[in-house]
Amino acid sequence: MSGAVVEPVIRVQGLHKRFAGNAVLRGIDLEVPPGQVLIVMGPSGSGKTTFIRCLNLLEMPDQGQLRVCGVEVSPRGVLPDAAMRRQIRQIRLQTSMVFQSFNLFAHMSALDNVIEGLVSVQGWKRPAASERGMELLAKVGLADKARSLPGQLSGGQKQRVAIARALATGPKLILFDEPTSALDPELRDEVLRVMRALAGEGMTMVVVTHEVRFAQEVADRVLFMEQGAVQTDLPRDAFFGPQAGERVRQFLGAVSC
Amino acid sequence: MTELFLRALPLLQKAVLVTIGLGLSAFVLGCALGLLVALARISPYRPLRWLAFAYVSVFRGTPLLIQLLLIYFGLPSYGIVIEPIPSALLALTLFAAAYLSENFRSGISGVDKGQWEAAWSMGMGYWKTMRRVVLPQAVRIALPPMGSRLVGLMKDTSLASTVTVVELTRVAEQIGATTFRYLEMFVLVGAIYWLINQVLTIGQTWLESRLSRQLP
Repeated sequence: MSGAVVEPVIRVQGLHKRFAGNAVLRGIDLEVPPGQVLIVMGPSGSGKTTFIRCLNLLEMPDQGQLRVCGVEVSPRGVLPDAAMRRQIRQIRLQTSMVFQSFNLFAHMSALDNVIEGLVSVQGWKRPAASERGMELLAKVGLADKARSLPGQLSGGQKQRVAIARALATGPKLILFDEPTSALDPELRDEVLRVMRALAGEGMTMVVVTHEVRFAQEVADRVLFMEQGAVQTDLPRDAFFGPQAGERVRQFLGAVSC
Repeated sequence: MTELFLRALPLLQKAVLVTIGLGLSAFVLGCALGLLVALARISPYRPLRWLAFAYVSVFRGTPLLIQLLLIYFGLPSYGIVIEPIPSALLALTLFAAAYLSENFRSGISGVDKGQWEAAWSMGMGYWKTMRRVVLPQAVRIALPPMGSRLVGLMKDTSLASTVTVVELTRVAEQIGATTFRYLEMFVLVGAIYWLINQVLTIGQTWLESRLSRQLP
């Protein structure tokens, strides 16, 4: 293999996942190069959330090959549990996730949420971590909320804290699982603005979302999933052009009205 | 009445300390043991889960008095002789731990699953997540039932009088027996229990209101 080939951040082959006999993912193949913003769309029940959760092993795939940030995860049962946990941890140390329901640590201030990974996982000293945490809070426009508890923040503010938290550990890849679906329309923009800035900085992102306009502006590539499989996988312009096919146009018409 | 009270005072002073000391130590030790039992109860290892279940079932399903009598009067037949106060402390601790473990367990399961996932996604393991994220929230959820348990425990210390521990109830009995003024003594001692528990309840309410601001 030539040395000039850039190793993809994500390489997935033949990914399968079933829940209680129900096939949710039926053979996903995908490569994501560094710096790409990949948007995943699709109707609910199409498996997109399960798929993104497989990428940091919050869901364990049943079958298929998964390589994320240079770490290969063996299928279940090949390695002893401890070795597999190490692989999974290696992936999680290099990736971050932003959740639909924010999942900020409820008993910690915004700043403590942001620095928790630095302090308790990466072993940073508190003062240095706090300094970095404050920079990140400033970056998402919430420096003045550093001491607020999640319960005192609006949904949009919570999600921006969650993004700052995701950034703190310097991830190579950020996974966004419907980051704006739980927000009122007015609050979505402040979150999307932050995400747009991240994309502009060259962050590798996989974003499950229904935000068509955001996808049109920010995506490098759009994946359309249906019934556990990738139905369409196109660069942005092609996806929103005539090439995408009837099913995609129909879906876009339905979500963007 | 005042004369009786003055006569009882020195004895009562010591007895109050024994009662409070016994109740608080049993609560603290019971919390430690109860937490371990709760963690065993939700562990992935079946034998550990089963053991914890059996423990809770036995110590919650039998009277504290029987447990106490077994420890103090029963164990000596196996050559294990424990002094009155340690016997009472042991029984109260084992009993409290059974209840407290259930409080912790429901507290832990009351923490949103998303909190676990957020911690996992940043590379924390099970124990780190438990310690840094889940337990601090679980304890806040478990605080009201834990407070009731502490109040209950304070009253349960009166059973220690049956194994010759000189705590409030036994002092009331003793003075009642020598003066035949049972009524005054039991009312007095009852009032002291009530007073101790009022103070504890106020403390609990204060702690709850302080901590509940931090939960959604």
